[in-house]
Amino acid sequence: MAHSPSRTRGSGAPARLPTELAEAARGGRALESFLRGLPGVDAVGLEQRAAALGARGVGKDAKLRAIDTAIGMVDLTTLEGADTPGKVRALAAKARHPDPGHSATPRVAALCVYPDLVAEAVSALGEVPVGVASVATAFPSGRSCSRAKLAEVELAVDAGADEVDMVIDRGAFLSGRYGEVFDEIREVRAACGGAHLKVILETGELGTYDNVQRASWLALLAGADFVKTSTGKVSPAATLPVTHVLLRAVREWYNRTGQWRGVKPAGGIRTTKDALRYLVAVREVAGPEWLTPRLFRFGASGLLNDLLMQRRTQLDGHYGGPDHVAVDL
Amino acid sequence: MTDSEPAPWEYVPAPESAGLAGLSSEYRLFVDGTFSAGSGEKTTSVNPATTEELATVAGTADSDVDRAVEAASGAFRDRWGGLDGSARAKYLFRLARLLQERGRELAVLESLDTGKPVRQAREFDLPNAAAYFLHHAGWADKLDYAGFGPDPAPFGVVGQVLPWNFPLLTLAQQVAPALACGNTVVVKPAETTPLSALVFAELCQQAGLPPGVVNVLTGGAHTGEKLLSHPGVAKPAFVGSTEVGRRIRHRLAGTGRTPVLMLGGSGTNIVFADAPVEQAVQGVVDGAFFNQGHVRGAGSRVLVEESVAEEFVERVRERTATLRVGDPLDRNTDVGAVNSAAELDRITRLVETGEAEGARRWSSPHPLPERGYFLAPTVFSEVHQSMRLAREEVFGPVLSVLTFRTPEEAVTKANNTPHGLAAGVWSEKGSRTLWTANRLRTGVVWGNTFHRFDPTAPFGGERESGSDRVGGRAGLEAYLDV
Repeated sequence: MAHSPSRTRGSGAPARLPTELAEAARGGRALESFLRGLPGVDAVGLEQRAAALGARGVGKDAKLRAIDTAIGMVDLTTLEGADTPGKVRALAAKARHPDPGHSATPRVAALCVYPDLVAEAVSALGEVPVGVASVATAFPSGRSCSRAKLAEVELAVDAGADEVDMVIDRGAFLSGRYGEVFDEIREVRAACGGAHLKVILETGELGTYDNVQRASWLALLAGADFVKTSTGKVSPAATLPVTHVLLRAVREWYNRTGQWRGVKPAGGIRTTKDALRYLVAVREVAGPEWLTPRLFRFGASGLLNDLLMQRRTQLDGHYGGPDHVAVDL
Repeated sequence: MTDSEPAPWEYVPAPESAGLAGLSSEYRLFVDGTFSAGSGEKTTSVNPATTEELATVAGTADSDVDRAVEAASGAFRDRWGGLDGSARAKYLFRLARLLQERGRELAVLESLDTGKPVRQAREFDLPNAAAYFLHHAGWADKLDYAGFGPDPAPFGVVGQVLPWNFPLLTLAQQVAPALACGNTVVVKPAETTPLSALVFAELCQQAGLPPGVVNVLTGGAHTGEKLLSHPGVAKPAFVGSTEVGRRIRHRLAGTGRTPVLMLGGSGTNIVFADAPVEQAVQGVVDGAFFNQGHVRGAGSRVLVEESVAEEFVERVRERTATLRVGDPLDRNTDVGAVNSAAELDRITRLVETGEAEGARRWSSPHPLPERGYFLAPTVFSEVHQSMRLAREEVFGPVLSVLTFRTPEEAVTKANNTPHGLAAGVWSEKGSRTLWTANRLRTGVVWGNTFHRFDPTAPFGGERESGSDRVGGRAGLEAYLDV
């Protein structure tokens, strides 16, 4: 392949955009008319295609390779009120060596925690090349003032987070104040410094695929490195059709700007079968170049264990069951 | 994170086992409830994906046609014609259940015999075939209330000649309403794809259907014409090309028997600038390449509003390039084999004509298998209304792109063919979709979708695409003497 996504955009670098996008990226009226002018998404056709691709099989021999790819894309997540330093350290140990019995098992992409536990995660991971991601901006509802949200971002970044998962203000978005949402993402983007920014759209609250598409473009224009479906706290969380919309948006973004942006479905992806369906979607809708942790992540907690069990099944020739992999409590 | 990531995984073949089809070495005629050798010359059925012989098929002589029509008329007189609607329904329900139970076997068999992708046979052909039986089972005891008078009567013996593109599905679409309405049938599947119909005969035995109610013959054009013009056949039915349909109409003129004609004709997709682009691309690509384009009413022509045409065509090419062409038995295959050497030859010639006429050709770079009758999905742009590509029924994996400037122009161009089967309209504006649909002279118009079939919705054409319907209340009329 002539081009490869080996260099994702670092922070801060002013993006060179084609005229119509540069115009929209100035915010305000131009942004609004750009978002309203996006072509519609037909729900029936979208869901039909998602179902059709979901029926595709990776094929037996390619399965181990696909499982390894998926493991490397997991953002191992704990986002509970009951999270403690101990829980974070346990998860960090798992992120380092997901399956000690099979040392060739790839590491996960990142550990995802609340901002106050970032320092704990950073120290628990040490030099191991696993990223630390933190949710921020009054996760999961996004209901707070801008000052509080930015303070949270600073807390996470100062503690050493490599990636920030922010939520958008759905209230502002749904009442049509796109400019406000845009400005907020811009501010967070600036506060992230060198950290990667994932923008959570919380698609389960956006109501329509048209809105999901609009929110994706809004986030991309505001400088998101990733668009992410959900917090995991709202049902429905990630679905295949919604992920199709996000994948198509980043593909279009690449076609028009040459910049690589990523997608992260989160919540509700629990089994290897689910994960493989998503990988097929990535490959078909965005393209094979997106099959890398730099451009695609799974936000999940239970998924990793199922991937590990299925990986063992592939290697050992039989299914071992949940007692053979470490529980996450 | 490092830059040295291994290459992402590739799909590997996930073939369905050909053994599932339960292929016999020989298939025989089904007349009067029993299988028999037939007095005609034996033929062989070929797998178009490998060009290998699948099985020997018994041949039908004129005497076998007589025998079958006699059996059907005996069954109508003595067993089926006087049966209560609810009793007929029982058999139809049983046939639907058997189609579901043996769905996997029949899907693989259908894929082997036609070259269509097994996934499509399993997810489209078979469930729909069963659905037509289920739907018509429900009608069998309600015909008095269907709006055709208090006591609508069947014709008697129905002779049905079927095409090779959806052998089992078209059989279900024709046989189910015929039986539900109280007729008995003599079916002749296409010469190149007789196997699933002969296995369907087994299902009739399994269902305990009285002998002679369903009879299955084999053979080509000669047997077909013999059957349709047989004096014992009260209602001849033909599903296939316009050319043959015209010949049949000629032949039957003055006999007092009007044939059921479900004929051909390429369909047209109309894409307005405000269409949901992603889904329109997908719909246009599916519309043209579904079942290798071997679909009556396939969306082989697309009319795109000129202001978005260039970008749209680029996207269509991009999407078409992702279609996986190859072994029909691989569950990941999207486009399988063209049905026969003769068809491949015909389509190839049409493609050459298109190039010679000045249209711009693009073919999918997807590698094709070395054996078998395959044709890469092909998109022609800069096609004009006067070219053969735009005027003739393509019936293969070839899509022609034309442009228009105004809705009036789109409608005029779409209607400017002798056919009138199906069209798709792509727009986010409902009023525009309805305005367009009202003016299209086709039997079916889909809005923001294509190739959606449902036994409750009538399907059929206008003008040279034939005027009869299958499905729904309207579909019953073909097999009731009203």
